[in-house]
Amino acid sequence: MRRVVITGTGMVSPLGCGTEATWARLIAGDNAARRVTEFEVEDLPAKIACRLPFGDGSNNTFNADDWMEPKEQRKVDSFIVYAMAAADMALADAGWKPENDEDQIATGVLIGSGIGGLEGIVEGGYTLRDKGPRRISPFFIPGRLINLASGQVSIRHKLRGPNHSVVTACSTGAHAIGDAMRLIALGDADVMVAGGAESPICRISLAGFAACKALSTQHNDDPQRASRPYDVDRDGFVMGEGAGIVILEELEHAKARGAKIYAEVVGYGLSGDAYHITAPSEDGDGAYRCMQMALKRAGLTAADVDYINAHGTSTMADTIELGAVERLVGEHASKISMSSTKSAIGHLLGAAGAVEAIFSALAIRDNIAPPTLNLDNPSVETKIDLVPHVARKREINVALSNSFGFGGTNASLVLRRYTGA
Amino acid sequence: MSDIAERVKKIVIDHLGVDAEKVSEGASFIDDLGADSLDTVELVMAFEEEFGVEIPDDAADSILTVGDAVKFIEKAQA
Repeated sequence: MRRVVITGTGMVSPLGCGTEATWARLIAGDNAARRVTEFEVEDLPAKIACRLPFGDGSNNTFNADDWMEPKEQRKVDSFIVYAMAAADMALADAGWKPENDEDQIATGVLIGSGIGGLEGIVEGGYTLRDKGPRRISPFFIPGRLINLASGQVSIRHKLRGPNHSVVTACSTGAHAIGDAMRLIALGDADVMVAGGAESPICRISLAGFAACKALSTQHNDDPQRASRPYDVDRDGFVMGEGAGIVILEELEHAKARGAKIYAEVVGYGLSGDAYHITAPSEDGDGAYRCMQMALKRAGLTAADVDYINAHGTSTMADTIELGAVERLVGEHASKISMSSTKSAIGHLLGAAGAVEAIFSALAIRDNIAPPTLNLDNPSVETKIDLVPHVARKREINVALSNSFGFGGTNASLVLRRYTGA
Repeated sequence: MSDIAERVKKIVIDHLGVDAEKVSEGASFIDDLGADSLDTVELVMAFEEEFGVEIPDDAADSILTVGDAVKFIEKAQA
């Protein structure tokens, strides 16, 4: 199979607009959680979230108008705007601008979202109830559909290769990158714009995830203490929003044009728990098999893994993942660093796996493991370094990124430093 | 310009994001103002909402320019 590398990244995250802006703040230990002020939260159990730093676009703030004309924004949900921004950044970063037929047809798009345009669906429902069907906009459907992120990006950049999408809850971003990697490996495309986008922060979503007992509700008065993976006082995840997009490219294609290479995507694993709609199986078997498959595909063993970007949502499931990792790495536990960047940016749901894959690539590039914030008292003992509070400088050549979603859907990606060999 | 024409023009400017000077009476939504077929459906809905008139689909199909819209609404309100 053909080899696949990452040659560009783009990101809109609660820590900033841009990959490097986000990464610098992540490594510095910044935390994006705050009380939600944009809509009524008094009657909601969870009143906090990691929102994008909205602003005029200066100082790495996010200004939607910089990425999509206001008249076009009106027609789509925010997850599409975030995807457009991150895709623009990623393509520019990769220096890939296909202009002839051959290059355009060789370039595809695979961007997913866990939920898609939830807020717009709610608004559309109100319109239907209050004003009737004649007031439903012709843009209601194409502005909400999850695959329209891929569609919009392909139209803007004239990318005429495979156009696809993924919907696997919180595993979406990782599945999108893994599936896109396979399309290139199998020769269906030379370049793929891949990742995830999510704009879930609205009343119905906070109400719904809280009803599932998935959200932190005990730290509303101290939002920056709320996302605390592995800590004894964790009580649920903090919702985030944003998009992460990578440019995946066939290795020889990238080398031929002298592209910068972040890392090689060497492994991808998928599994199903077949256990419960929201809870992972207690024995962590799905997570274990998923990581195992990814390593096998990579031709690596657990002994090769330096860093793991955990799913680690700050829920009870954290220790199930940790148990699965311990089972996987066995005696090598003490040489592995594993952190949850959700402690800083919250849980970006369908975008999480993509943003975290980018963090894993940067961990390799810079030999640094980002921290797990708020890890004051780990709820279980482990020999694995959970990188509490501060980032750790260390050699990282192989990184594994985990994503697990509702429905018992698991995805793991393995990235390796590209050394030219 | 009549009051109706001014209000139609404002809706067109808001929805299509075009400069005011381009929105002349003879301007075609699709050919001159960059609208696509979905934009024109939404424009007709916005006219209905603004003026409290119903524009049946067959009538909507014949509203191609700013002037067409103004004429239809003036007639419907007369």
